[in-house]
Amino acid sequence: MSTPAGHREAAAGAAAVSVEGLHVRFGTGESAVTALQGVDVDIAEGALVTMLGPSGCGKSTLLRAIADLVPVSEGRISVHGRSPDEARRDRDFAFVFQDATLLPWRSALDNVRLPLEVGGGGESHAEPEALLELVGLHGRESALPGELSGGMRQRVAIARALVSRPRILLMDEPFGALDEITRDKLNEELLRIWQETGTTIVFVTHSIPEAAFLGQHVLVLAAHPGRVKEYLPVELPFPRRLAMRDTLEFVRITAHLRALLEEC
Amino acid sequence: MSQLAKSVPRVGLQTRAARSARWRERLPAVLAVLGLLGLWQLVVWGFSVPTYIAPSPGQVLLAFDENAAILWTNFWPTLFEALLGFVCGNAVAIVLAVWFVHSQLAERAFYPIAVFINTIPIIAIAPILVLIFGNGFAPKIVIAALICFFPTLVNMVRGLKAVSPATLDLMRVLSASNAEVFWKVRIQSSLPFLFAALKIASTTCVIGAIVGEWIGSNFGLGALIIEATYNFRAPLLYATVFTAALLAVSLFSLVSFAEARLIRWKAPAVH
Repeated sequence: MSTPAGHREAAAGAAAVSVEGLHVRFGTGESAVTALQGVDVDIAEGALVTMLGPSGCGKSTLLRAIADLVPVSEGRISVHGRSPDEARRDRDFAFVFQDATLLPWRSALDNVRLPLEVGGGGESHAEPEALLELVGLHGRESALPGELSGGMRQRVAIARALVSRPRILLMDEPFGALDEITRDKLNEELLRIWQETGTTIVFVTHSIPEAAFLGQHVLVLAAHPGRVKEYLPVELPFPRRLAMRDTLEFVRITAHLRALLEEC
Repeated sequence: MSQLAKSVPRVGLQTRAARSARWRERLPAVLAVLGLLGLWQLVVWGFSVPTYIAPSPGQVLLAFDENAAILWTNFWPTLFEALLGFVCGNAVAIVLAVWFVHSQLAERAFYPIAVFINTIPIIAIAPILVLIFGNGFAPKIVIAALICFFPTLVNMVRGLKAVSPATLDLMRVLSASNAEVFWKVRIQSSLPFLFAALKIASTTCVIGAIVGEWIGSNFGLGALIIEATYNFRAPLLYATVFTAALLAVSLFSLVSFAEARLIRWKAPAVH
């Protein structure tokens, strides 16, 4: 458990994720599609980076390539100095999907335990009960996913991602399917969890305010083919509060992001 | 298990209210059945239908009492054949489904054959099986198994494949082995599909056993149906038919009960 100050110190150090000259192509021959073309980016240890871009910009593909879910056509990805495949086997990162992807026959608690039961279980792990408390689901341990709201299901998915104590949390539009009020609440809680756990977070979103509110940096991607448009620091202090989104500073940032997206 | 223990006292408190609510729900069905029985009795009386053509409900009830012994002796073989056919047919279907899901080659090779076998009317297969297996239990069990086999195979293959790509991605991120994906995910998500098929099989296996008994058999409810028909013993015929139907309904209820016990989560629609 490191402090916010600890984050910023670490951020200056080694990269958690380093992407060099990444190309990802799907299909072969005539029907081949270039999803990512020459992406270079370094994500610092302990950072919270959001990825923003129009649909087809490959933001999800980039995240999935880091997670070893999509093969790299060209270039190199290193996760804490190792290949994504090795990092995956060591449970160096966890992935949160847009859909909570809970197993519907397992209780909330048993869903959080799933990573400990498969793939060797990982070396160290957090207490599943404590994690459910961390995401605000104390007392709902035995509830089945069908009995939980969309927001609660996504909280379970976050607890499940944290159970093997990953150093990196990769999140693919995790709150995209939720209503705005729930999304705002989960945004604040994600920031709190980030500060409490010191995990590096890479967060894909198609929402400009969400990208600006959460990120220390926003990685803006352009489409066709997917490439880095800009790596933009967000000069807002932590801890961030929802009320900050009404400040001039915040509006200035979102306006800039919107202008960038229009050029894409 | 702890979940079960916790829910017990609550169920105890709700029992009386739940029971009366359940009765109120079933009342229309009970009344409809009684009404139809009354109508049947009236038609038989009103048109003076001879007993050998259509007996009245009262006569059928009487036939149950008079032929209790003969109904029981013929009930057990049919139950035995239907149950064994149910177990064998479904077991083979499940094993094949697991094989098909793991080997595309096996699926491509044998699925068309399974479809072909399913298209042959069971009535047409029955004589062939009697020629091969003789007059004992074997051909009846095989027919009951055959009739169960296909719906279970199709549903189980679908069920084992009904895992969302996102869930498979999740398992991959967790570095889960194929065996872990199979036992932790595929088997569980196939259960609603499997039970949909088992419910069909629970009634068709009785049909299979009876069809088997029609062709060269001197025991079982099927044989009794043939015998009662040829001897114009209509009340016995009706009583036998109702016994067979009761058997099928009981097996169906057993499977439904097992389903309710095993699947406590709400599955996405299974069709």
